[in-house]
Amino acid sequence: MTTLLSVENLSKVFTLGGGLFGKGRDLVALNDINLTVEQGETLAIVGESGCGKTTLGRCIIKALSVTSGHVRYHPEGGETVDLTTLNKREIKPFRRDIRMIFQDPMSSLNPNMRVFDIVAEPLRIHKLLRGKDLEARVYDTLAKVGIAADAAGRYPHAFSGGQRQRIGIARALVLDPRLVIADEAVSALDVSIQAQVLNLLDDLKADFGLTYIFISHDLGVVNYIADRVVVMYLGHVVENAPTEMLFERPRHPYTEMLLEALPIADPTRRKGRRTELKGEIPYLGNRPQGCPFHTRCKYAQDRCRSEKPALHAINGTAQQAACHFAETLELTGAYDAPQKAIA
Amino acid sequence: MAVETISPAEAAAPRKVRRESQLALMWRRFRQHQLAVVSLWLVIIFYLIAALAEFLAPTDPSAYSARFTYAPPQGLHLFLQNEDGGWSFQPHVNGYKSEVDPQAMRRTFVVDPEVVIPVRFFAPSEPYLLAGFIPMSVKLMGVEGPRDPFYILGADRLGRDLLSRLIHGTRISLSIGLAGVTLSLFFGIIIGGFAGFYGGWFDSAVMRVVEFIRSMPTIPLWLGLAAALPKDWTALQTYFAITIILSLIGWTELARVVRGRFLSLRTEDFVTAAQLDGASDWRIITRHMVPSFTSHIIAAATLAIPGMILAETALSFLGLGLQAPIVSWGTLLQEAQNIRTLATAPWLLAPGICVVVIILALNFFGDGLRDAADPHGR
Amino acid sequence: MPQTPMADKPLLTVRNMSISFSSPDEADIEAVRQVDLTLTPGKTLALVGESGCGKSVTARAVLRLLDKNAVIPSGEILFDTGQGAVDIAQLKPDSLAMRSIRGAEISMIFQEPMSSLSPVHTIGDQIDEIIILHDRVSPKQARERTVALLDQVGVPGARDRANAYPFELSGGLRQRAMIAMALACTPKLLIADEPTTALDVTTQAQILDLLRQLQDDYGMAMLFITHDLGVVAEVADDIAVMYLGDVVEQGDVYEVFRSPKHPYTQALMNSVPRLSRKADRQRLSPIKGTVPSPRDRPAGCAFTSRCPHAFAPCPDQRPERTQLSAGHVARCHLLTREPAEALA
Repeated sequence: MTTLLSVENLSKVFTLGGGLFGKGRDLVALNDINLTVEQGETLAIVGESGCGKTTLGRCIIKALSVTSGHVRYHPEGGETVDLTTLNKREIKPFRRDIRMIFQDPMSSLNPNMRVFDIVAEPLRIHKLLRGKDLEARVYDTLAKVGIAADAAGRYPHAFSGGQRQRIGIARALVLDPRLVIADEAVSALDVSIQAQVLNLLDDLKADFGLTYIFISHDLGVVNYIADRVVVMYLGHVVENAPTEMLFERPRHPYTEMLLEALPIADPTRRKGRRTELKGEIPYLGNRPQGCPFHTRCKYAQDRCRSEKPALHAINGTAQQAACHFAETLELTGAYDAPQKAIA
Repeated sequence: MAVETISPAEAAAPRKVRRESQLALMWRRFRQHQLAVVSLWLVIIFYLIAALAEFLAPTDPSAYSARFTYAPPQGLHLFLQNEDGGWSFQPHVNGYKSEVDPQAMRRTFVVDPEVVIPVRFFAPSEPYLLAGFIPMSVKLMGVEGPRDPFYILGADRLGRDLLSRLIHGTRISLSIGLAGVTLSLFFGIIIGGFAGFYGGWFDSAVMRVVEFIRSMPTIPLWLGLAAALPKDWTALQTYFAITIILSLIGWTELARVVRGRFLSLRTEDFVTAAQLDGASDWRIITRHMVPSFTSHIIAAATLAIPGMILAETALSFLGLGLQAPIVSWGTLLQEAQNIRTLATAPWLLAPGICVVVIILALNFFGDGLRDAADPHGR
Repeated sequence: MPQTPMADKPLLTVRNMSISFSSPDEADIEAVRQVDLTLTPGKTLALVGESGCGKSVTARAVLRLLDKNAVIPSGEILFDTGQGAVDIAQLKPDSLAMRSIRGAEISMIFQEPMSSLSPVHTIGDQIDEIIILHDRVSPKQARERTVALLDQVGVPGARDRANAYPFELSGGLRQRAMIAMALACTPKLLIADEPTTALDVTTQAQILDLLRQLQDDYGMAMLFITHDLGVVAEVADDIAVMYLGDVVEQGDVYEVFRSPKHPYTQALMNSVPRLSRKADRQRLSPIKGTVPSPRDRPAGCAFTSRCPHAFAPCPDQRPERTQLSAGHVARCHLLTREPAEALA
C-alpha cells in the first residue's frame, strides 16, 4: 500500500472571544495529531462531540487553517506537497483530488441552484469541461449516485434528505477525486436511507478507486464501512487500529467505553447496568493534566494524572494506543456474542 | 454496480413536480399575505401616479391664479341632472361664488352648484414631455375654458391646484425614497458585505462606526447637514444633496442586515463546499451568497423606504429639506403649518393623508416580503 | 387487542386512534391511522419509526399537545386515573381535567431539554415550582425534594447544581435535570420523545440506564419514542413499529426482534449494520425508494410502494391486524394469504 496523505504533528488552536480590546481564550481543538491515510482504504475517525474529528477533517482539506504541523499529500506521479503551506491559488489543483461530503443534506446544497448546476459547479470552477462534455459528465455522475437525469433541473428543496445526500456525493465525485472526506455523511439520515447511502459509498469506492476518510460518531456504521479506525478524545488520537482488531480487543479504555455504550439492535444482547460509564467529556477549555481521559477512566493510576501517554504500537502490531497500560489491560471488545442477521 | 436509481416519479416525492426557483416560492408565500398584496397594489398605484404625473395632473403645479386663493375642493361630478329631472353622464365641476365674511372682512369661496363647468377626459393641452422625454399634448382631465376654475381638491394660498401639486409631489417624495434607499443599499451592501465576508478588524471597525452613527440623534444631524447646503444651489442639486444626507444614516441599517446575512451564510455548508471546490471569493459572493439573500435585501430595502419618505417630509416640513419651487409632500405640508390656514383650508392636509397611506402600504408590503423570504424567520 | 396476557391492568389504552391535520388550502391529512397501544405500569413501550411516521404525533396526542389544526376524529385514549378510566380523546386540550393529568399523571421529556427548560430560572426553582403547585408544600420542603430528585437522577453536587441555570449545564446534565422535573410529581406514565438522540453515545448509555433505574424505583409506565433500533433493544419491553401513520407491527420486543413478520420491520432491521467481524459481514439490504408523502399513501397498506413482496390486495385494501402469537400483531396481507406462503 502506498501512503496517500500523512498528517504530522497537526495542532489547531481556536481563539475564543477577543476583539478590538483584549485577547481571547485559547481552545486547543487538535493536539499533535499524527496519522497516515493509505491509498484505497477507508479510514474512520470516531469520537464524541467536541473530540475534534470534524476539525481534523476540515484542517486536512484546508477549510480551516492549522496552527502548526503538516498535511503532506502525495499526488499521483507527482511530488509530495505540504498542503498547509499552499496559498489559495496553489492549492486549487489539489482541490480536485481531495473532496468532501457534508453531514447536513439541507445546508450543504445551495437552495438557489438547480441540481445540475450544483454538480457542474466544480467542473466550471476548474474549467475542465464545457458544453456537451460537461453535460454528459454531470448526467453520468448523477446516474452513478442514482439520480435520474430528468430530476437535474429541480432545486434541492424538491428532494428528500437521502436524495440530497446523493447529490452532495455527486458533487464530490464529479471531479474524479482520489480522497473523499465524508463528515458524518449518513448521520442525519433515517435508518433505511442510511443503508442506501452506505451501500452507495461502498460501490462508488470500487468504481472510482477512492480512498475515504469517514468521520462518524456511530461505531456500528464504522465497523461496517471502515478498514481502520482512529479514535479521538479531547483533540487527541487515543487509538489507531485496523477495524477488526479494535472491535475485537480495544487497547484504550476510552475505546472500550465507547463500545460498551454502543446500543446493539438485539434485545438478547441487552447490557446490564453499565456502572463503569461515568462522567462526561470535560469542556475543551479545561483539559486535564496527564492523560486526557484519566478523569473518566476506571483504570486510572497516579501515573495517568501526571504523565501524558504517547501513541505507540502495541507489541509491534498495527494497533496503536495512547495508554500507559495498553499492553496489560484486559479490555472487552464488541464481538463477544456473534449475531445472526434477522429473517 | 448495483445502484437503485431513483425514478423521476419517486424523486418528485413531495407531490407536485416543483421546478420553482426560490423567487417563485417566495411569490407564492407572499400571495397568502392578503394585506401585503393589497399594499403592493397601493404601492404600484402610487408609483404609477409618480411616473405619469404630468399626464394625471390637470394643471401645471406652479400655475397660480390670484382669483382663487384658498378655493375649496369642487369635487368631481360624473352625472348631471337635466331640466326634466333625468340624469345624464356629463362629467363636470361646479363653479364658485365668492362671499365676503362680514366680520373678518375676508373673501371666501363657496361652491356654486348652479354653475356647471364640463370636464373632458383626455383633454388636449399645452404640449409637454411625459416623464421628461415622451412628448404629449393630452391630459387625463381638463376643462374647456382656460380661465374656468378647476380645483378638484381645492387650491392653496396662491390659487394653485392642490391635486396637481399633490401628484407632482408624489413624484418627488416617492423618488427621493427610492433614490435614498438605492444609495443606502449601495453603501450598505459594499460595506456590510466586506465586513461580513472578511470579518476581523474591518468588521469590528465598521460595526463601531455603524453604532456611532446610529447613536446620533437624526433630526439635529439632518438639520445641521441640510443647513450647510449652499443657498444658491439649484433645485436639482438640493434634491440630490438631500438624498445623500438621508442615505448617510440609511446605509447603516442595511449594512447591518447584509453583514448579518453574510455572517450566517458563511457558516453554511454550501458556502464551504464552494470554497472547497476552489471557487474564488468573487464567485462565492456573487454566485452562492448574494442570490441566497437578495430576497431578504429586497424586503429590508422596502422597509427602509418609508423611513426615507418620512425623513424627507419632516425635513421639508421644517423648511430645511427641499425648497419651493420643488413640490414634495413635505413642502406641501409646510403650507399647512399654521392653525389659521388649517381652519380655513383643511384640504391642505391631503398630503399628510398620502404620507400615512403610502408609509403603511410600504410597511405592510415589506413585512409580507420579509415573511415570504424567510418563512421560518422571526 | 394486542396485550401481553399476563400483563397487569393497563394504565393507558389507545384504541383505534386516528389523527388528522387540516390546512387552509389543501385537503386534510390523516397523519395517524387507527393506532392501538397499551401501556402497563412498570413496562416500556417503544414506538419506533423513521422521521415522519407519526410517532411523535401519537405521543403528543396522548397529552393533547397537538397543534390547533389537529383533530382526533376517531378512537379513544383511555387513561386509568385510579378512580376509573378517563377518555383523554374526549377532553378539551386546555381543560382542567386535562391539565391535572398532564404533568401530574403523565409527564414528558424531549429530545432537546433547552426548549422545555426556562433559560431565565435556575433548574432548582423550576422543579420547586412544580412540586409546590402539585403538593402545596413550603418552598423549603420543596427544595429538599428537588435536591433529592436531582441526586436521584445522578446530578453530582445536587444542592449546588440546583442553583445553576440550564445553559450552565452540559447536555447530559440538562437531560437529567429535565428528567428530574418530569419526575417531580411522580407520574404514572412518562413519555420520552427521542430523549437521547441529541446526546453522545456514552451519555446516551447513562441516560438509558437512569431511565430503567427510575422505572424500577417508581414502577411507572414509559412510552419511549425513538428511531434507533439499538436503543429499543436496550430499553423496551414492547415495541410498536410505525410507518407513515400506521402501526405495522407490535408486540413483545424479544419476539419482534427474533421473528419480525411485517416486511417493513424486517427491512428496517436489515438496514442497521450488525456488529460483526469482517468475515461475517453482510451487505446491507436497504429499503428501496423513499417514504412517500402522507398524501400519496395508498388506501391499503402504507408500505406498498416500497415493499418487495407487494401483491394484488396491498394498494387498495388495508390489511387487518393478524395475531401471530400472544401479544404479537402485524398488519400484512402476506400473513393472511396462505399459511404455507407466509414469510419465514
